Amino acid sequence: MSISPGPYLVVAAALFTIGAVGLLVRRNVLVMFMCVELMLNAANLSFVTFARKLNDIGGQSAVFFVMVVAAAEVVIGLGIIVAIFRRQSGATADDLHMLKG
Amino acid sequence: MSPVLAATKPDLLVFIAASAAVLSGAIGVVVARHPVHSALMLIQTLFGVAVLFVAQGADFLAAVQIIVYAGAIVVLFLFVIMLIGVDKEENVAAEPLRLQRPLALALGALSLLEIVLLSRTEWVTGASSLGGAANGAGDNVVKLGRSVFTQYLYAFEITSILLIIAVVGAVFLARRPPRSRSSEQLEEQR
Amino acid sequence: MIHAAFLIPLLPLLGFALLVVAGKRLGDPLAGWVATLAVAGAFVASVIVALGLHQHHQHAQTQLIFEWLPVGGFHVNASILVDPLSMTMALFVTGVGALIHLYAIGYMHGDSRYPRFFVYLNLFIFSMLSLVLADNFVMMFLGWEGVGACSYLLVSFWFERPAAASAGKKAFVTNRVGDFGLMTAMFLIFAHVGSLTYGPVFAAAGGLGRGTATAICLLLLLGACGKSAQLPLYVWLPDAMEGPTPVSALIHAATMVTAGVYLMARVAPLLAQAPDAATTIAWVGAATALFAATVACAQNDIKRVLAYSTISQLGYMFLAVGSGAYVAGLFHMVTHAFFKALLFLGAGSVIHGMHDEQDMKRMGALRKWMPITSATFIVGWLAIAGVPPFAGFWSKDDILAAAYHKGFALWLIGFVTAGLTAYYMTRQVALVFFGRARWGTGEEAAHVAANQEGHGATPHESPWTMWVPLVALALLATFGWLINAPWHPANFLERWLDPVVGAFSVAHGPSTAIKVSLAAITTVLGLGAIGLGFVVWDRSAEHSELEPEILRQAWYIDPAYAAVIERPGEMLANFSADVIDHGLIDGSVNGVASLVRDSGRELRRLQTGYVRNYALGIAAGTAAMLAYVVVRTW
Repeated sequence: MSISPGPYLVVAAALFTIGAVGLLVRRNVLVMFMCVELMLNAANLSFVTFARKLNDIGGQSAVFFVMVVAAAEVVIGLGIIVAIFRRQSGATADDLHMLKG
Repeated sequence: MSPVLAATKPDLLVFIAASAAVLSGAIGVVVARHPVHSALMLIQTLFGVAVLFVAQGADFLAAVQIIVYAGAIVVLFLFVIMLIGVDKEENVAAEPLRLQRPLALALGALSLLEIVLLSRTEWVTGASSLGGAANGAGDNVVKLGRSVFTQYLYAFEITSILLIIAVVGAVFLARRPPRSRSSEQLEEQR
Repeated sequence: MIHAAFLIPLLPLLGFALLVVAGKRLGDPLAGWVATLAVAGAFVASVIVALGLHQHHQHAQTQLIFEWLPVGGFHVNASILVDPLSMTMALFVTGVGALIHLYAIGYMHGDSRYPRFFVYLNLFIFSMLSLVLADNFVMMFLGWEGVGACSYLLVSFWFERPAAASAGKKAFVTNRVGDFGLMTAMFLIFAHVGSLTYGPVFAAAGGLGRGTATAICLLLLLGACGKSAQLPLYVWLPDAMEGPTPVSALIHAATMVTAGVYLMARVAPLLAQAPDAATTIAWVGAATALFAATVACAQNDIKRVLAYSTISQLGYMFLAVGSGAYVAGLFHMVTHAFFKALLFLGAGSVIHGMHDEQDMKRMGALRKWMPITSATFIVGWLAIAGVPPFAGFWSKDDILAAAYHKGFALWLIGFVTAGLTAYYMTRQVALVFFGRARWGTGEEAAHVAANQEGHGATPHESPWTMWVPLVALALLATFGWLINAPWHPANFLERWLDPVVGAFSVAHGPSTAIKVSLAAITTVLGLGAIGLGFVVWDRSAEHSELEPEILRQAWYIDPAYAAVIERPGEMLANFSADVIDHGLIDGSVNGVASLVRDSGRELRRLQTGYVRNYALGIAAGTAAMLAYVVVRTW
């Protein structure tokens, strides 16, 4: 017998919160991006777990699409970061506060 | 947690090892000072997640995870780190924004607790096997392919367009602004 | 001949319209002549109509001009009521009015707004005629308001002077209080009778309950007190002397102030149903007469003495009406119009001759320089003092006899007042026309010289347009009593007014013997007062012990009103302005703005610009949603 879905979900939840806290705490833009990837992975893990539990292949298809979109997102995001860092090297997330009200 | 103990020993071992890799890698990503170290810890996490995928019978996805995530995306991160020079060590200890860290930790702990509480409840209902059985006989790739190319065909096509857009966007965003050309044009017109 | 009635109000109205349009172009003195001829024409029309009425044996008739408010069962028409009472009023309003218009031509000469003065005067005559010729309460009220408005316009004619402007306001506002009483009375009449036309109302008078009739009459009295300057609403009349003297003569001596007496006489049928109201009227009149007479003894302004004198004489008329002697009251009204107008016009002549000096203490011995003015003024003085055979003697004694019949206390007050009247008028005549000339030497001469305006330094007689009316009025004051001599058949006025007021007048007055003895002792008192006054005031003008401060300040009534009415009003206004307007309303409007601004400022602190703070917000929201789900499914 394999392991029931419960622990997998707990691992996914822990991964998600670590990624979220990292996003909130780190200032380096690339590290923040990596934390986003952590969160996406946690979601993928949950999807796969539920696909096995509900015996539905649709969960794995969702993971497929999540990965595609994550790839596209990383491409664009890094392009933006490159564009920002051309102006001002060594910038952190805190330096981009021009929308202060 | 008795279902965990009721599992076979190899499965339990694999699960524990992979989970340890995932969580330690995640923590490493967050606390590493150097961004390159963070990237390496990220690879560790991705590998752990791939193992967990395999443990649950999602073979194809595990492979795609390694190839795409660990092989392409993290490499992309590393390229940008090298080319742009975002490689200064960040002063992780200091936090200029007040209350950010304590609040972040508190909210994280709270969310984790809530999710754990929610996961205890058996509230997933509905018919199984709507999109085809995931477990049981047959190759995982075949089943996944059948699902993507029939039931989720539109999503597939749209994501392919999305990828093209992403490529175009990246090229446009990352090119150098044509500053010298416009000033030449202005001088010619005088 | 009665059909000419519509001309009576029409001619002054046409004069008014013509002067409004072309007055400026006509200028000085042509505008004045147009106005005078309009009123003189109205007088001729009044005479014709009165003769026509006499031919019809004083049988009242109505001439309809147009239907104004035909509303279901309620009709108000613009009609002229031709009956003895209204014709009496019309005759002396237009007659005396025409004389005063003639006088004003000369008096107002040189004024920058000369045509406008006559515009207002004609409008006034028209309103007064509307008042007395109306056949229903509504048209009468229109005329009532019209004369109030004209009074305001004329009293504050020289509005550059703040005293004149505020006097006009005071007159209008005080009259308004009275008008409230009149309007409420009209409402009550309509509520109980269903009509406001004199005929139906007086026919239904017998059916009114005693309480209702008393209430109506007391409210009408309030209105009359305002218009005729009785206690407690007299305060506007002394201040109204700020207006030009022809205005004082016309409005505040002969015509407008008599509107109240006219109203009381007109509603005689109602008064017959309310004896308590009649007694109140008599007491109000007596008290006012005595009060005003005491104050007049200590005034130094030549016109103020006459103003208080007017209030006092009007009190006599109210005393008569309240005692049920309508004819006596109306008789005194007519004679009073003659001699009071004469006195005011004479005073105006004195002021004109003394180059706008009005303080009697700075006059003296003017009979040598202004013979016609002084002779006519002396005639007026003798008339008002009640010296036989001048007009005032006969009318005043009729009133005192009626008062004696009503109550001894009333008579006594009237008797004492008669003595005071003789005294203060003698004081005035002695100070102005006799004694030493106090204007030629030292400080007085400098004062006179400063007011020269091209005249000589000495006083001078007035032009003919001013002394001809004086002479005419003097003749009327001398012989005017013949309209109602106390013996039959010379009591024309009594027989003339009989159809209107005869049924409601006191049937049997005191016996002839009592009347004669009362008249005798009153005359003795009057002559004694004259002698005393002359002896005291001819010698010297300084007798401050006879002019106590309390009288000079009119028993401090004006300051009392200011404290009781004005101060609370001022405090309320200040409260409204500071607390309610500034604090509450402005505060809440500004408060809303501050609220918006402050809340915006506080909310802006959320927008730090740091992405990580926004991410923290998202995380907080997520935690909250998860908490909600956990709670719901627990």
